[in-house]
Amino acid sequence: MTATATRPQDAAPPATGGKRAPKRERQGAAWVFLSPWVLGAAVLTLLPMAVSLYLSFTDYDMFDAPQWIGFRNYTQMFTEDPRYWRSVITTLTYVVIAVPLQLAMALAVAIALKSVKRGKGFYRSAFYAPSLLGASMSIALVWRAIFNDGGSVDNLLSGMGIDIGGWINRPGWAILSVALLTIWQFGAPMVIFLAGLQQIPVELYEAAAVDGASWWRQFRSITIPMLSPVLFFNLVLQMIQAFQVFTPAFAVSAGKGGPADSTLVYTLYLYDRGFTASHMGYASAMAWALLLAIGAVTAVLFRTSRAWVFYANDNNEGGR
Amino acid sequence: MTTAPISTAPATPAARRRPVGRIVLHACLIAVLLVMLYPLAWLLATSFKPADEVVASLKLLPSHFEWSNYSTALDGVNEVSVGRLLWNSLLIACGAVLGNVISCSLAAYAFARLRFKMRGPLFAFMIATIMLPHHAILIPQYIIFNQLGMVNTYWPMILPKFLATDAFFVFLIVQFMRGLPRELEEAARIDGCGPFRSFFSVILPLTRPALITTAIFTFIWTWNDFFTQLIYLFEPEKFTLTLALRSFVDASSQSAFGPMFAMSVFALLPIVLFFLAFQRFLVEGMASSGLKG
Repeated sequence: MTATATRPQDAAPPATGGKRAPKRERQGAAWVFLSPWVLGAAVLTLLPMAVSLYLSFTDYDMFDAPQWIGFRNYTQMFTEDPRYWRSVITTLTYVVIAVPLQLAMALAVAIALKSVKRGKGFYRSAFYAPSLLGASMSIALVWRAIFNDGGSVDNLLSGMGIDIGGWINRPGWAILSVALLTIWQFGAPMVIFLAGLQQIPVELYEAAAVDGASWWRQFRSITIPMLSPVLFFNLVLQMIQAFQVFTPAFAVSAGKGGPADSTLVYTLYLYDRGFTASHMGYASAMAWALLLAIGAVTAVLFRTSRAWVFYANDNNEGGR
Repeated sequence: MTTAPISTAPATPAARRRPVGRIVLHACLIAVLLVMLYPLAWLLATSFKPADEVVASLKLLPSHFEWSNYSTALDGVNEVSVGRLLWNSLLIACGAVLGNVISCSLAAYAFARLRFKMRGPLFAFMIATIMLPHHAILIPQYIIFNQLGMVNTYWPMILPKFLATDAFFVFLIVQFMRGLPRELEEAARIDGCGPFRSFFSVILPLTRPALITTAIFTFIWTWNDFFTQLIYLFEPEKFTLTLALRSFVDASSQSAFGPMFAMSVFALLPIVLFFLAFQRFLVEGMASSGLKG
């Protein structure tokens, strides 16, 4: 507040050598480069986080001023809203099915591809393609059609004597079709696994082979530990993404989360509360509960990772 | 970065010894691939099928090609033509690409190559925002854009990209820039380049692969993005292809299937073309994002 009128440039001692720019000026340059990001982080990330935290304690419909109601949204969410718990359970079911299977598929194909010499590039790209296409509404609509009553999957299964009917009309099965769409997109983690596998020194396998270690033994004692950082990275990333699934659930249920709320995933219910029913305060409370849940799951993963993630380059050529 | 001469890793001993094993491996991979490609083939096939052949069989080939599906799709949805929808999608995607490439490379340069106070904490914060669920900031962002009168315009999709809010790409470019030799800038500095000159003339040209990866991913993700467009756009004139497909979500009648999937083909085509053209960048960009910690 007091008069600090002297401009920083004036106060700075003259540059000694002339070759290097003064330190202060180089700091200034960094902030110029960083300014769009700083603005975005402040106005479009930090401020909205604070506002959504505030709104989560209010009743707000976008038209009238927010009304402070304390923990009312949260207590309503946790104790009086069966649809909320329905959406939590649906999302957890989906995450628990989709993420491990997707990663297992990714790892299996990556290991298979590692020993392929011919056509490796082709396979890699072909398996990766669904990861880009699968996020689209187009593919979500395909999913709805082939898992519908009389769709391809229904036909195939009844041809084999298994009579499930249309998956998307059956509570319990509809969310499975959404999970299958996620598993179908195993290409992205697969590519990361493959890159990780290629960093494992061959000598380790050669030494193990000399010692007569079986394939399974090599997999357990070399591949998994050496790959554990990559496995961990994929697990965290896919988990966080899975918690936020929206488009396929929207497409499969025509935006309603049906049948019987069985595809009402968390974000779909949040969208329904916030943008269809105009309960922005309630939706904000849901958003913060999601944020905390994802934070908690990530923290637990990081905690447990100490026990099973193995960093090989602790003492040798670190990449940094 | 190049740790050991391992990139030309030989096949596992078992596969090397037995050609039979190799054939079985390829057979398995191709089988998995065929199952995976089925939905895509189905989509393409159905876009040519007459209404009465859409369901009921696993067969992909239609009895005759129903081109009218495509002419119906070309007419568009809600009296908005496909050309218009395509243009809208392109506008948003290209604006987002421009924004991300500029702002993310600027931020990445500061994080990767410059020293400044708070660099550690700010970098950690930037990484943390990769994990931040979009929904935690969604509603206030909506309110902000609403206050600015930008709801039902394309700004909510484009403006954030100019402010480097896609931390994933900042991270991707940081990782890439860290791999460039320091001597480059030392040399540039001795030649009298300040940080700005060395960014534009030395570092940026060398970062091209990472920038291309950023551009393509941004294009595809923005093109596919449904949620943001769903909440911000409500006038059919302004709809994107992705959003126009939404009107088919409610319609479950089989007669709309042919045109719906013809429209889906339009919506997927740019992604497929981008993928075919740039698959190397995409696959390697994805691979390098997880490694070289």
